[in-house]
Amino acid sequence: MENIIEISGLHFSYPADDGKEAAEVLKGIDLTIKEGEFVAVLGHNGSGKSTLAKHINAILLPTEGKVVVGGIDTADEARIFELRQCAGMVFQNPDNQIVSSVVEEDVAFALENLGVPYEEMRRRVDDALKAVNMYDYRQHSPSQLSGGQKQRIAIAGIIAMQPRCIILDEPTAMLDPQGRKEVMATIRRMNREQGITIVLITHYMDEAAQCDRVVVMDKGTIALDDTPREVFSHVERVMEIGLDVPQVTELAWELRKAGCDIPQDIITEQECVEAIQKLFAQNKAISR
Amino acid sequence: MLRDVTIGQYFPGNSLIHRLDPRFKIVITLIYILMLFTGSNVVCLAVGAVYTLIAIYLSRIPLKMFWKSVKPLLPFLLITALLNILLVDSGDVVFKWKFLKITTGGINISVFMIIRIVLLIMGSSLLTYTTSPITLTDAIERLLSPLKLLKFPVHELAMMMSIALRFVPTLIEETDKIMSAQKARGAEIDTGSFMTRAKNMISILVPLFISSFRRADELATAMECRCYNGGEGRTRLRQLKAAPRDVVALIITIMFYAAAIAVSIVYKQLTK
Repeated sequence: MENIIEISGLHFSYPADDGKEAAEVLKGIDLTIKEGEFVAVLGHNGSGKSTLAKHINAILLPTEGKVVVGGIDTADEARIFELRQCAGMVFQNPDNQIVSSVVEEDVAFALENLGVPYEEMRRRVDDALKAVNMYDYRQHSPSQLSGGQKQRIAIAGIIAMQPRCIILDEPTAMLDPQGRKEVMATIRRMNREQGITIVLITHYMDEAAQCDRVVVMDKGTIALDDTPREVFSHVERVMEIGLDVPQVTELAWELRKAGCDIPQDIITEQECVEAIQKLFAQNKAISR
Repeated sequence: MLRDVTIGQYFPGNSLIHRLDPRFKIVITLIYILMLFTGSNVVCLAVGAVYTLIAIYLSRIPLKMFWKSVKPLLPFLLITALLNILLVDSGDVVFKWKFLKITTGGINISVFMIIRIVLLIMGSSLLTYTTSPITLTDAIERLLSPLKLLKFPVHELAMMMSIALRFVPTLIEETDKIMSAQKARGAEIDTGSFMTRAKNMISILVPLFISSFRRADELATAMECRCYNGGEGRTRLRQLKAAPRDVVALIITIMFYAAAIAVSIVYKQLTK
C-alpha cells in the first residue's frame, strides 16, 4: 500500500506572543500512514495531537520538517485546494462547521467552492448524504438535528469532496452516547466500504480500540505507535502518560495483579467475558 | 421556549405564490410598492387592494397573519391619521370648535394614507411570508450581481447574511443556556428596576460575545478546510430557474400597474 501521509522531522512552535515565549508544541514527529489505514491518535490535553492534525491539511505549516499528504507538500501554496480536497477535516463542535441553513446546501458547500458543475454536484451530494444515512433530512435545517446527526452532516460535507483521507479532531467529544455510536459507525463504514484513510483524534479509549493502529502522543512526541492490542498491553506506560486504557483492559490488568491467570492483551468486552468465563471454568475444574 | 422562535416570518407552504422565483417576487414587490405610491387617488388604491387580496388568496396564508403584521404599526397609523385630520385645511368644513377644524380634505387624506400603508405592509409581508430568508438572500445576491462590476462585494454580503441566518437559532439556544447558568449563580435577570436589569444583561452579553468570536474563528477554519475561496468561480446547488409562471406573474403585475394609472386618469377627468 502507498503511503498517504508522510511526516518527517516535524517541529512546530506557535509564534512568540509579546511577553510570552514561543512554546514548542511538536518536537520532532516522524509518522507515515498508509492508504486505507484507520489510525487513532491518543494523547493528553496539550500533547499536541490537535496541532498535529492541523498540519495534515495545511491549516498550520511546520516550523521545521516536512509534511507530505497524497504526494503534495503542505507548504506548497499553489496546490493547497488540491491538498484540502485530498485530506478533509472534521472538527469537534458540529455547530461551528455547518455553514448553511439547509442540510443539503451545507454538504454542497465544498463542491460549490470548487466550482463543480450542477449535475455532478447534485449526484455527489445525494451520494454523500446516503453514505451517512441522512438523505431523508436533506431539506431540514441543521438546528432541528441532534448533535450526532449534525456531525454526520459535517462528515457528509467532507465525503462529498471525495477525499482519500479524513482527519477527525475529537468528533465525538461533544456528543451523547447515542451520537457517539452513530458517528463511530459512520466513520468505520467510510473506512471499510470506501477505503478512505481515517485519522481519528480522540480521548476515548474504547474508540481507539476499534482502530487498526494507535499512535499515542506525549508532550509533542510520539510515545507509542502500534496496534491497539500492543499499545494497551503496556498498561503502566499508558497510565504514566496520563491516559487510561479501555475499562476491560484495566480490569484484566487488575485481575492479573491479583494473581489471576488472564491474558494481558484484552481490549474488547467480548474477549474479557470469554477470558473470565474460562477462568471460572478452570477454577471449577480445580475445586472438583 | 426561546428555541422555538422562528427566524423571519416564513410560512412554509407550496402555494403558487410560494413557488414563484424569489427574484421575480422581489421585482414584483418593488413594482407593487411603486404602484401604491404613484397612485394619488382612492380608485387607484382600490386597484391595488384588489391585487393584494388576489395575491393573498393565492398564497393560502390566513388573513389574520396579515392583521398580525399590521397591528404593531396601528398606533403610529392612528397618530398620523389624527394629525392629518386636524392639520389639513381643504374642502368643506365638517366640524369646528375653537381652533380645531376638521375638513373633508383632511378626512380624505388620512383615510387614503391609512389604506396605502396597510396595503404596503400586507404586500411586503406576503413576500417574507412566502419566501424563506435563505432563498431571499440568494435572490438578492443574484439580483445585485451586476454591481460586482463596480467592485461591490455582493457575494461577501450574501455570505454574511446567510451565515447570520444560520447562527440565529444556535445563538438563541446559547443565550438560553447562559441565562440559566447565570440565574443558577444568582443573577437577577427578570426582576429589579430597569437599571439593575440592564446591568445584569452584561453578565449574559459578555459570555455570548466571547463565544461568538470563538465560533467565528472555528467556522472560518472549517470553511477554509472546505476550500472556501470567495465568490470567484463558485457554482451553486440551489438553482434558480425562471418558469413561464414567473413571467406571467410579472406581466399581470405590470398590467395592474397600468390599470391603476389608467383608472386614476379617467377618475380625475370625471371628477373635474
